[in-house]
Amino acid sequence: MNRTIRALMGATALCATAGIAAAQDTTLTVATVNNGDMIRMQGLTSDFTEKHPDITVEWVTLEENILRERVTTDIATQGGQYDVLTIGTYEVPIWAKQQWLVPLDGLPDDYDADDLLPAVSEALSVDGTLYAAPFYGESAMVMYRTDLAEAAGITMPESPTWADIKAAAEAMTDKDNEVYGICLRGKPGWGENMAFLTAMANSYGARWFDMDWKPQFDSQEWNAALTDYLDLMTNYGPPGASSNGFNENLSLFQQGKCGMWIDATVAASFVTDPENSTVADKVSFAQFPNKEGMDNHGNWLWAWSLAIPASSQKQDAAKQFIAWATSKGYTELVASKDGWRAAPPGTRTSLYENPDYQSEAPFAAMTLQAINAANTQKSSVQDIPYTGGQFVAIPEFQGIGTAVGQQFSAALAGQMSAEDALSAAQANTTREMTRAGYIK
Amino acid sequence: MATRQTASLARLMRAPAIILLLIWMLIPLGMTLYYSFLNYNLLNPANTSWAGWFNYQYFYTDPAFFEAIWNTIVLVMGVLLITVCGGIAIAMLIDKPIFGQGIVRILVISPFFVMPPVAALIWKNMIMHPSYGVFADIAKFFGASPVDWFATYPLLSIIIIVAWQWLPFATLILLTSLQSLDGEQMEAAEMDGAPAISRFIYLTLPHMARAITVVVLIQTIFLLGIYAEILVTTNGGPGYASTNLTFLIYRAARLNFDIGGAAAGGIIAVILANFVAIFLMRAVGKNLD
Amino acid sequence: MARAISRNSKIGWTVAAWLVALIIFFPILYTIITSLKTEQEAIAGFDLIPSFSFSSYETVQNQNNYFRPFMNSVVIAVGSTLLALIVAIPAAWAMAFSPTKRTKDILMWMLSTKMMPAVAVLVPIYLIFLRTGLMDTRTGLVIILMLMNLPIVIWMLYTYFREIPGEILEAARMDGATLRDEILYILTPMAVPGIASTMLLNIILAWNEAFWTIQLTTTNAAPLSAFIASFSSPQGLFWAKLSAASTMAIAPILILGWFSQKQLVRGLTFGAVK
Repeated sequence: MNRTIRALMGATALCATAGIAAAQDTTLTVATVNNGDMIRMQGLTSDFTEKHPDITVEWVTLEENILRERVTTDIATQGGQYDVLTIGTYEVPIWAKQQWLVPLDGLPDDYDADDLLPAVSEALSVDGTLYAAPFYGESAMVMYRTDLAEAAGITMPESPTWADIKAAAEAMTDKDNEVYGICLRGKPGWGENMAFLTAMANSYGARWFDMDWKPQFDSQEWNAALTDYLDLMTNYGPPGASSNGFNENLSLFQQGKCGMWIDATVAASFVTDPENSTVADKVSFAQFPNKEGMDNHGNWLWAWSLAIPASSQKQDAAKQFIAWATSKGYTELVASKDGWRAAPPGTRTSLYENPDYQSEAPFAAMTLQAINAANTQKSSVQDIPYTGGQFVAIPEFQGIGTAVGQQFSAALAGQMSAEDALSAAQANTTREMTRAGYIK
Repeated sequence: MATRQTASLARLMRAPAIILLLIWMLIPLGMTLYYSFLNYNLLNPANTSWAGWFNYQYFYTDPAFFEAIWNTIVLVMGVLLITVCGGIAIAMLIDKPIFGQGIVRILVISPFFVMPPVAALIWKNMIMHPSYGVFADIAKFFGASPVDWFATYPLLSIIIIVAWQWLPFATLILLTSLQSLDGEQMEAAEMDGAPAISRFIYLTLPHMARAITVVVLIQTIFLLGIYAEILVTTNGGPGYASTNLTFLIYRAARLNFDIGGAAAGGIIAVILANFVAIFLMRAVGKNLD
Repeated sequence: MARAISRNSKIGWTVAAWLVALIIFFPILYTIITSLKTEQEAIAGFDLIPSFSFSSYETVQNQNNYFRPFMNSVVIAVGSTLLALIVAIPAAWAMAFSPTKRTKDILMWMLSTKMMPAVAVLVPIYLIFLRTGLMDTRTGLVIILMLMNLPIVIWMLYTYFREIPGEILEAARMDGATLRDEILYILTPMAVPGIASTMLLNIILAWNEAFWTIQLTTTNAAPLSAFIASFSSPQGLFWAKLSAASTMAIAPILILGWFSQKQLVRGLTFGAVK
């Protein structure tokens, strides 16, 4: 009860003193994911509160899955527990269409929204209106060990094909010394193995649904993608791959157990971090692979972004906070404290034009190229009724993606064939889509 | 034996607990029952409509449904088997006068103090991981190749983790019961030359029957609801190999945000759990007297 | 103990018991060791000797102040357990000493209220919490956890109380003991160990609850389960940090268990009473 009353009082006070510097204290509750960049932001909060002495910030930092559950329940029930949410490119369009998010117009002039990378700001907009401000963005690319490639006598092209990847994986694998040619995600989940496999399938020319929302797992393209994935992983992958997600692969790569790793571009700053990576100075980057003759590099795009729920009572203060956290000034603040390598990547053109950043972050050019190449409005070469790169931006995808991911990880664990996994995925997805009313 | 007065006093003493639990049961159960007949997706609340029996039909026809029920049974039985047998053995072991008894006891019951998601994370990444888990190191030490636990034996791996968490509970209850065992009777039997095994079968086991029953009943209730450990380790896979009924409901409720479907799954789970409970009561209920 | 036990067999049993105890304790021990390593050492492979780096603890404390979630956990765990005991002791008492034909059915029914999977009822409860202002309050969590653990508390108390021999009461009555004497001098001393161990077990259950305590809190009432959830699987290395956070979450309850170990395992010792 107290909360509600306090919240109401806060809101009234804000209205009453609009335009005047309010002595009233506003407490913002910010829900965020526990990734390194967010935790750094939490540590820098004092910079914001010094500029806005009337606002205090309370942090709710949670692991990604728990955060998503928690925040979704709250926003869908109009709970109003949070004032700023950290959500991804998957949620933004869906939630914006439900009118659960406050449009981010009227940001201060020095915010410079035009500086945002076009691919990212497009993914966070609905009908041209920005609904969330990107905090950091990522695409996907190949990270590989230069020393292993050299020893194996391989030159990695800047834009490899899947055949190049296979050849490189074969040459770099040395199982006796626990070096595996390639590490890929295998843990079932829509944001785990299906993020990678959807991007890989995109690059093979596959699509999730045809224009009538019929699932396409019975297509030749999906078959080819999954077969090649299984082939790569069984022959050149690490043991236990069917329970490896982003984190597990990151640890493997940092310990020098992977020749190549194809995953999110943000990983680049972790694997080149001399404090945590044993291979920091032996990593180079290449574009996400494509299939010979197919101009599609997966279209992976993700941005952790800050948004304001419509149920928040403190939208003005929340907007000020978001403007601070995603500004150029914040990037400079991080750079001055922890160096340019630590600056949140993948959101602003100005960062990639900054010579300091270019020289300190060896992955900058490839990251920018990958993000710019990602087309989330049309991720497949075929016609598709949905948007989204490594996911399908419909509410049902979390459940469907996880169910399909379970089948594919069973195939990876050797419990079923690629064909069986695909037909199970087809049946499952058809069932879910029929229920949700897409398939008439 | 009880006079009318004590009987009504007893009713008065029982009442608060019964009323509270009745409310706690009826409100969520009632709301869940109601939701289970709705097409209600949290992410699309505008489209809410009456669904009739559709949610039930949909849940029941899920390709994972029967495997999930089977997995639930295997998980519950497996953990019960390990915890009850292990619990009896450990309880008897730490009941003996040994050096550092206090420390041994606290070590044995300590897994109970670890939060389930943390326990699962520890086991997954530090113990069972085929590349940097302790099991892998042991295997390598003996020259064997490491086992990929969660891919090869997903359900067994989860049973091991859950059994580790619940072993202390069983040990604790069984140890308590063991300590009320009549020492004189035991000594008399020993004097008469009864071998240890028959002393165990004819004296110790019957004495522990009620404690074992309590362990089985309470644990069954908790074990039917396990999902956090699955979520952290295998996400129900590979395939449906480690999907249990609760995980299926979790998938509906927290990934699809399909409130209607999850509610129907919840009602199905309650009905099945009640079958189990009735069966258990028939089988072991007498021991409670 | 009247029996003379040969020293050799005592040593034998000691070795066996310690071996079993260490195997069971190992994952926790390894967590504590890992918390004292640097992140790089933590994933570098099996090693029982850490570098005794406290940097993980420092990081954890800097990122998320331990004290508030700790206090919340204490209040919620103790509060819900005490409340449950107040309701459960009379009920279990009545069922143990004046059982009716339906007592066992009632007991079973009580247990069956725990069968509804929490995930399936989250939305109704969430809505109720929002409407009643219980969201993100300790009071709300105390109520929820009390209701959740009530069946277990009643069950455990019931089984403990059942062990109290009824003959003692009758004998006391014959000797002319009043009801007050009965309760004060006979029943209470015999019931206290059972109540104590029930209380401890339920504090642990409430301490470890990690679904409702996360879903129904944001900042004010968030206990240690939420504290832990902010350190599990972020991007990047997190082993040492998670181990440190886990150690911090386990430590208080482990210490409590340590001090009350005798109470916890003694429960009832009626051999002496009979």
